[in-house]
Amino acid sequence: MTNTKTTYQLPPQISFSQRLKNSLFATPFDFVLTLICAALFALLIYWFIDWAFLSSIWRAEDEPLCKEASGACWSVIDARHRIIFFGLFPFEEHWRSTLACAVMIATIVASCVPWFWTAIRLSALWLIGFSIFYILMHGGLFGLSVITPERWGGLALTIFIFAAVSIIGMPLSILLALGRRSKLPVIAKLFGLFIDFFRSLPLLTILFTAAVITPFVLPGWLQGDKLYRVIFGFALFFAAYQAENIRAGLQAIPPGQDEAGLTLGLKYWHRVARIQLPQAFRNSLPAIVNQFVITFKETSIVTIVGFFEILASGSAAFGTGKWTVHYIEVYVFIGAIYFIFVFSLSRYGAYLERKLRVGHG
Amino acid sequence: MGSILGSQKFREIFFQALVLSVVAALLVTMVMNTRASLEAQSLTTGFGFLERATGWDFSFSVLPYSISDPYKKTILIGFLNTLLLGFLGISLATIIGIVIGLIRTSKNALFSLLGTVYVEIFRNVPLILQGIFWYAIVSHLPRPKAALSLGDTVFLSGRGLYFPVLNIALWSVALMILLFVAWLFFLPWLRERMNHSTNYHVIKRIGWILLPVIMVVIGYLARTPDTPLLNMPALKGLNFRGGMRMPPELSALVIAIALYGGAYIGEVVRSGLMSVPKGQIEAGFVNGLKPRHIFSRIRLPLAIRAVLPSLTNQYVQLMKATTIGIVVGFSDLFMIISTSINQSGQTLELLAILMGGFLLINLSIAFVMNSINKKIALKGYEVKS
Repeated sequence: MTNTKTTYQLPPQISFSQRLKNSLFATPFDFVLTLICAALFALLIYWFIDWAFLSSIWRAEDEPLCKEASGACWSVIDARHRIIFFGLFPFEEHWRSTLACAVMIATIVASCVPWFWTAIRLSALWLIGFSIFYILMHGGLFGLSVITPERWGGLALTIFIFAAVSIIGMPLSILLALGRRSKLPVIAKLFGLFIDFFRSLPLLTILFTAAVITPFVLPGWLQGDKLYRVIFGFALFFAAYQAENIRAGLQAIPPGQDEAGLTLGLKYWHRVARIQLPQAFRNSLPAIVNQFVITFKETSIVTIVGFFEILASGSAAFGTGKWTVHYIEVYVFIGAIYFIFVFSLSRYGAYLERKLRVGHG
Repeated sequence: MGSILGSQKFREIFFQALVLSVVAALLVTMVMNTRASLEAQSLTTGFGFLERATGWDFSFSVLPYSISDPYKKTILIGFLNTLLLGFLGISLATIIGIVIGLIRTSKNALFSLLGTVYVEIFRNVPLILQGIFWYAIVSHLPRPKAALSLGDTVFLSGRGLYFPVLNIALWSVALMILLFVAWLFFLPWLRERMNHSTNYHVIKRIGWILLPVIMVVIGYLARTPDTPLLNMPALKGLNFRGGMRMPPELSALVIAIALYGGAYIGEVVRSGLMSVPKGQIEAGFVNGLKPRHIFSRIRLPLAIRAVLPSLTNQYVQLMKATTIGIVVGFSDLFMIISTSINQSGQTLELLAILMGGFLLINLSIAFVMNSINKKIALKGYEVKS
């Protein structure tokens, strides 16, 4: 008997310096290109650090020095950051807004942990997180004074809209996706029409309709506050897009899976909840996370229909007196806030994509 | 009896009928409510108001207009403004996207990092914030007296970008564009018809020579009488006179859409270039093709074929994104419609026009892109990617 054990050969080891050479200095042209890029990066980084940190003015009372300084004038942020973060929220209650934002961010971060990825845990997490957020912001319980949504603003309003849209839109999107794939022709057509209608329109027209037109169409008792109407319209828009992502995930499941459940005598809802949806979510998780990323960015559009979220409160922050010249600093600051949220979410999506690809081989 | 109620078929039909009647009831209630609230505000429905004069001004128009124009013309101007903004933004975004896609697929790690940094910065900040940022920058440019100029022909100031323009009628420009597009569509048809024969190449060459000549003739016939051929902008008093003006609202939005869309299209282009199988490129090398030929004849055509559907999607998204123009006061379709609603109160009719307009634009983009896609898709057999 011969030894059938195969020997696996490791790929040739490439040293770090060799790899560096291959990726940066492979040809003379690459050498020049690398040098130019390095110089460009150095210049950009130096210019940015100099503008933002070295030559900048930080404290509000130093604002008169800004005229001479070549860097950023962060005094405007120091003086007006409360408006940017809290909008018109009463001054002495700002701690509530801060705490509410922290709770909601913690909820978002927690839902990225795989332990929470069951229907019950995830809904419990979001219901609790959202309730705490709402109680803190709205008050009326535990001796907190009532602050109505008209006075909410800044970052808290942005996060509130994002969270509310997600919490209404997510169950709705599952319903829409299942409805569109229904075997009953009338249901499938109806849901398909609904989804395509919302997907073909710009978000702004939907928000505008929700804010301005619905009072005509709906009976008085169904109208609710303008904020809730806009959130509901936004949630329908979100659900239409998310439903298509989920539907793509459902379509990727081999039909044998559902048939196996059918053979075992499982009812429709059992097959949906235990066989179809878990696999559908796994299949299209990157696309689903990406939709959340887009939605967070798009919350900025509500500023056009007249809400005081972080973009509008930022514009208000430099809107008066001596601060009007410092618009760039405020925009960069708000851009950085958006960037932190959106970038981390999208990196998380990319991480999930890599991780899930490993499982599929 | 029990057997009818228990049958699967009956339950299915019953359930569908139930859902349908609920939807119908909802729609009827909405219509009745609308009618009631319209009557309460004593508004007349219908599209008769389109003939009335508007009486209000707006910021920008591609056509000459006055405030006594009827609603239908004002809305048409809004529609054209949206098309112009979308066209400029999407064209620039495509150019930026191709460049960024190429940079990101470069073998040089530092060079591709440059593309990555670009994409991450411009993709992760909301478009509307970028729009108002660029608007703030553009409208804080120096006053007309201290305008930046390029050889005294092009002027850039806080009032906008002024550049020289030919003194010819608008209809002739439209005719020239139409002629050019028709020629571009005629060529492939002719090629198919004439089976790539030498005659085809002769006709093609003659056409390319004849086309500019015809255009010049049209332009000459359509020039405004008793004016110099070139209308130059010049400083008169506090502002510029003459020439064409690109207002800061439009420039800011075009910059924002081009940079934001460029980041997204760059990713689309990158994924297309990456999807070209390595063997195809190596086969080109083996056949002794030059690197630029490998790019222009192998990588690019295959990449375009791979990305066209997602590119269509991206174009439709960018077209929808032009609605943010209202935030800097650019009079696009959305802004015109929302002002009209405020002024005339014909809410539902105007909203229907708005939705119809966007449906029209998006379906046209999808139609054009899908026809291109059909033209360049693989025919006859499937190739696994």
